[in-house]
Amino acid sequence: MSVNYLNHDKSIKSWIYTLDHKRIGIMYMVAVSLAFLAGGILALLVRTELIAPGETIMAADTYNQSFTLHAVLMIFAFIIPAVPAVMGNFVLPIQLGAKDVAFPRLNLASFYIYLAGAAIALTALVVGRVDGGWTFYTPYSARVGDGILFITAGVFVMGFSSILTGLNFIVTIHKMRAPGLTWNRLPLFIWSIYATSIVQVLATPVIGITMVLLFLERLLGIGIFDPALGGDPVLFQHFFWFYSHPAVYIMILPAFGIVSDLMGTFSRQQVSGYKFVALSSVAIAFLGFLVWGHHMFVSGQSAVSSIVFSLITYLIGIPTGVKVINWVQTMYKGSVWLQTPMLYALMFLFTFSIGGFTGVMLGVLAIDVHLHDTYFVVAHFHYVMMGGNVIAALGGLHYWWPKMTGKMFNETLGRIAAVLVFIGFNTTFFPQFIMGAQGMPRRYYDYLPEFTNLHVLSTLGSYILGVGLFLIMFYLIHSLFRGKKAGPNPWGALTLEWTHTTTPPHPHNFEETPIVTRGPYDYHLAPELFGGDGASGDGHKHEADISVADSGASV
Amino acid sequence: MATPADHPAHLQHHFVSSDQQFDAAKMGMWLFLITEILLFSGMFVAYTVYRVWHPEVFTHMSDLLDWRLGGLNTLVLLASSFTVALGIHYAQTDNKKGLVINLILTFVFACVFLVVKYFEYAAKIEHGIVLGSGFAPHGVSHGVDYSTYNDLFAQQFFSIYYVMTGIHGFHVLVGMGLFAWITVRAIKGQFSSAYYTPVELCGLYWHLVDIIWIFLFPLLYLI
Repeated sequence: MSVNYLNHDKSIKSWIYTLDHKRIGIMYMVAVSLAFLAGGILALLVRTELIAPGETIMAADTYNQSFTLHAVLMIFAFIIPAVPAVMGNFVLPIQLGAKDVAFPRLNLASFYIYLAGAAIALTALVVGRVDGGWTFYTPYSARVGDGILFITAGVFVMGFSSILTGLNFIVTIHKMRAPGLTWNRLPLFIWSIYATSIVQVLATPVIGITMVLLFLERLLGIGIFDPALGGDPVLFQHFFWFYSHPAVYIMILPAFGIVSDLMGTFSRQQVSGYKFVALSSVAIAFLGFLVWGHHMFVSGQSAVSSIVFSLITYLIGIPTGVKVINWVQTMYKGSVWLQTPMLYALMFLFTFSIGGFTGVMLGVLAIDVHLHDTYFVVAHFHYVMMGGNVIAALGGLHYWWPKMTGKMFNETLGRIAAVLVFIGFNTTFFPQFIMGAQGMPRRYYDYLPEFTNLHVLSTLGSYILGVGLFLIMFYLIHSLFRGKKAGPNPWGALTLEWTHTTTPPHPHNFEETPIVTRGPYDYHLAPELFGGDGASGDGHKHEADISVADSGASV
Repeated sequence: MATPADHPAHLQHHFVSSDQQFDAAKMGMWLFLITEILLFSGMFVAYTVYRVWHPEVFTHMSDLLDWRLGGLNTLVLLASSFTVALGIHYAQTDNKKGLVINLILTFVFACVFLVVKYFEYAAKIEHGIVLGSGFAPHGVSHGVDYSTYNDLFAQQFFSIYYVMTGIHGFHVLVGMGLFAWITVRAIKGQFSSAYYTPVELCGLYWHLVDIIWIFLFPLLYLI
């Protein structure tokens, strides 16, 4: 087996002290998978408790802590780092034609800082209790047990990791592109990571200072959120959501990027409207900073500010719609290949659209007044976070799995699991839209008997979803030991990680620096993939005369 | 074959040239500074909101802050920014002695800043102006009767004062650590006109610490 980043040095020390972005990506993958597993088990416990009114498997106090911890783990330890730190780390430098990120040591530090932050946050479990939801609104959060001190400190530290990763990626994208790789030839995954990184760098410091202030409020009673001392608890909400709204764009933008790359590759076509899709990421990142108040329509903020926030919230639908329309257009008259990654991309179109539409619905003031803090909101954000980010991340995981591991997973099992995930996910969360519209409040341990049937359906759906996810874990791990060896470009993609590296990649990615002469989805310029010279194949004889990049390519 | 001129010791393998590496480092540092600005801006927002709501409290309580000590600290930080800029100039012109002297001066100025802050904090704490529930201004010194400064919501001003200057002071302390480290490296001769990136980056950081104080001083001490 040729030298690659996995086998060139197998000692533990070489992993612990690695500066290789690929190894760091793999380590992140293990860590966020564990966070997802823990958060997922908590979800299954919460759903099991809710299968019937009253106490089912846990007391109310345990339930409150369970859903709080489920969200804290899923949001801070899983979804925010996952796609950027796993797939961004692994793929981004290679897609740019670089040997590594701009600051490899900082990259490793980011990983350890993330682990430290997660450990600090989990200490809250041992030291005390944390409940009240992941949003930690004052005054409650400033008065509860000591657990909050560890959660705020943990979130602060994990935020640092997020900032440093974003910073690293921005500099890498600006300064380390291969010759010929202009901004207009960047894979759309890179554009989305770029926009994500900007949000990470600009927004995360605000949650940092918010956590510091909450920590001091709880520890010393400084009074900044305490009305008795002249403070204002709603100020906490403003600070909190000023980060947490852009944070949801940190969650979804990388997913958009994955879907773009998948659509281009598996339709064998240019991604329609490349510039619009690229710039819409930046537009979403920008607009995302202006809408935090839509989480606070019922907090007592002024009607004028609510109206402004509502209006800008509608505007975010526009660049998002631009993307969805372009993805569908990309498939039109393409040569669509329904492999597992593409199944996830298609699922994404369905589930994310529902999530997105319901988000705009919640942005309507007259509707939100009724739906705020109901299961409608819970369903909305699970549709965008899970139906959006996780589904796209699974697509990306399957897509890049052969490149990362050198092995192919079992395609049949992949398809079965995808169907299970789709059915399970929709069965879990669609009933929650209905429940919410009928008045079922969120975060409630107990509920009126009229909601029982929908809760039962939702819980059963969560079990199906769980089976699908465990199946994925099973066959992916199985593929590491028994999977078929993967070639350098099993999907026939045109981005540098597929065309110019071995599978798995060499420790320094490339034999020589690639020189890029075509766009990332220029299938009409890649006759070598169609086995012909272009003249006999697709009729683009003229383009076939152009020489395509070929330094170390092995297609 | 690679010559020392092609592959200087400081050039990291993933960069093509020293210039690319230096540019990348500077860009990274500027991005980090932007995150610091956003970190402090949360507190500036809190300050603004509470000042608008309780203007008379803020104006009254800020009388208790000695503008002369604050002004001294401002001059000290401005001087330290000057010395660090001078140090970078000397690094660019291969003047090791000039570089080391100015780095040490910067460190000393940072020390002076923290010492002055210590005296300021000590004076406040002595008179019961503390963070949290022990807040109880009392005592008379230098003709000032602290117990007349117990306005409703007076605590809000000092909470913001302590948190803002405290976090700023922490950044000064970190800066001191950074300057101690690069001074040692400078003495060892690790910097030259070909490579002085750490000095440049620490200089940038220090200028940010300075400029944040330039905003803190008038907002807390003067108005």
